This record gives sequence, structure tokens and C-alpha cells, in this order.
Amino acid sequence: MIYLELFWEFFKIGLFSIGGGLATLPFLYTLAQTHPHWLTAKTIADMIAISESTPGPIGINMATFAGYQAAGALGALIATLGEVTPSVIIIIFIARFLGKFDKNLYVKDAFYALRPAVVGLITFAGLRLLSVTLFFEHTLKVKEAVLFAVLVVLVLRFKKVHPLIWIVIGATAGLLLALPS
Amino acid sequence: MKSNSTSLWDLYISFFRIGGLTFGGGYAMLPMLQREVITKHNWVTEEEVLDIYAIGQCTPGIIAVNTATMIGYRKRGIAGAIAATLGEVSPSLLIITLLATILFHVQENVWVQHAFGGIRVAVCALITQSVLSLAKKSLIDLPTVLFYLAVVLSTFFLSVSPVVIVLFAIFFGLSVQGVKRRVR
Repeated sequence: MIYLELFWEFFKIGLFSIGGGLATLPFLYTLAQTHPHWLTAKTIADMIAISESTPGPIGINMATFAGYQAAGALGALIATLGEVTPSVIIIIFIARFLGKFDKNLYVKDAFYALRPAVVGLITFAGLRLLSVTLFFEHTLKVKEAVLFAVLVVLVLRFKKVHPLIWIVIGATAGLLLALPS
Repeated sequence: MKSNSTSLWDLYISFFRIGGLTFGGGYAMLPMLQREVITKHNWVTEEEVLDIYAIGQCTPGIIAVNTATMIGYRKRGIAGAIAATLGEVSPSLLIITLLATILFHVQENVWVQHAFGGIRVAVCALITQSVLSLAKKSLIDLPTVLFYLAVVLSTFFLSVSPVVIVLFAIFFGLSVQGVKRRVR
């Protein structure tokens, strides 16, 4: 049954992704491999764009979108509920039994390596996305590569720019680059 | 502590507003959170919000959801936790479902495809931006840098599951820091 499977897959994502919305990305790529009819590496990129440019937590937006793609509006609801269920259980447990969880020595120790691991996992997701975008069908797409280089230079020069602005720039560039052909 | 003067509906609506008016997760939600739960309702103190947010960051799941659950639980127990969490995710459910429906109808359009081609490149740049700012805070010494590289290589080339990485990181962090403390 697809709804149960959706709930379970997103429950696992909620349970193992630590450190915010983008941390769910590597799990979504794994999901795209095991359930290619739910989402593909290419649609994940569109999902990120939409999730970053609409209100709401990115992780929840992506779960909703992926659930919708897999099984319509009910799928969207089930995937989102699946993703938040572990949070609700764990937080209630912590609130009841462990007051200063974030000050705990062992939690701090674990985060010493969890932090670089999460950055590593997001880098992996970024590399997957980049390879799909630039090397799709195994040829380097020159226009896209140039656009990416320009955007990265912009990113390095202006650090705090709203994601929505990058996406508008991307869409405009995509349309302009398509004009000559 | 728990007080029954806060209604479940108030919790739902407040977190609905927070979810519906914050773009992006993480730090973006803090100003809205402070306005709703401190200034408007006086549910928690400034210091408590930062503590709750810190706990939300170091527990599994979406930070915004963890924060909502914690504040809801403090005000009205389990029912409050659920009401606040449902409020936080409701705007996403409505907006994204609507957008996804529209997108499915226009995705065959050539111009939409060109626009999304450019957007995909922009998203790559966005993720680069996130990785750079996260790396500054997380890669603090040689072991963390090496561990970061090991994670990137093992996931990208060997397809090691993220679940394995997270579990191993917890083990690795506890052992490295434990050994360091014993040496001192």
C-alpha cells in the first residue's frame, strides 16, 4: 500500500536527518534510487527551487512536494505527517525527561562529528544535482556551466541574498539563453 | 509550565502564521517566532526561545517543527505539541499542493522547461552558498575536515547510505571527543 510505504519512508527521513531542511536532500536522492516512480534526480532540483521560494520550512515543503508527486494530495499529507512524527515523539520525550538536552556533554561530543557529516551529506546532494544539471546525457552543457560559474562568483561576492532572488535570476537566465535557438 | 489558559486553537494559528510567513528554514524563522511567542502571547521568555531553538537544532527532524512541538508541549502537553506542529506545516501543505498541481499542468510547456533549466543551475549555486556558510562553522580542525572529505567521497562514489553516515558520525564524535578528554 503506497500510503503506508510513503509514511514509513518519510518517517525514516524525519528520524535521520539532523540539522534542517537541506539535510533531508541526501535521503531524497536515496529515495529517488529506490522509488524512481516517486521522484527522480531531475525533479528533486525543481522541488528544491519551489521549496526555497515559497513560505514554510524547506524540509516540509520538499516532503509535501515529493508526496504529491508519488500519490497526489493525500500522498502530500501522508509524507508530511510521516516526516514530522519522529520529531513530535522525540521532542515530547526530551521535554519530559531531559531538560537541558543541548547542554549535555555526550550530545555535544556527537555533534563534533555530526556537523561535518551533515555538511558532507549536503555537499554530496549538491554534487549529484550539479552532475545531473551539467552532465545530463553525458555531455557537458556549456551554457549551464557558464551560468553556474557566474552564479557562484555572485554567491561568493554577495553572501546574504534571498534564495528567491537566485531563483528569479536562474529563471530569467534560462529563458534568455533559450532565445537564440 | 503547562497552563490551560492557552487554547489549542491559539497555538495552531500562531504556528500557522510562523510557517506561512517564513521563507526557508533555520534562522529565517527566529524573528517570526520571537514576535509570535514572546511579544504577542508571552508564552515563553527570550532566553527560553533560544534554548528551545538550540534543542530543535540538535534533535532529528526539521528545526522549525521541533521548535513548534517543544513550545506546544510546554503550553498544553501532547495535544499542544500536535496542534502547534500541525499549524507549522499547514501552510506548506496548502501552498505546495496548489503549486504542484499547477506545475503538473504546465510542465510540458517549452518556456517553463527553459525557465526551470536555468532555475536548476541557480539551485546548484544556492546549495554551494549553504555548504560554504555551514562549512565555516563545522570544519574547525583537521579531524573534522578529514571526516567531511570522507563523507563526501563515500556517499558520492560508493553510495554509502546517509543513515549509515549519521550513525557513524555519532559514534565517531563520541569516541574522538572521549579520547581527547582522557588525554587531557
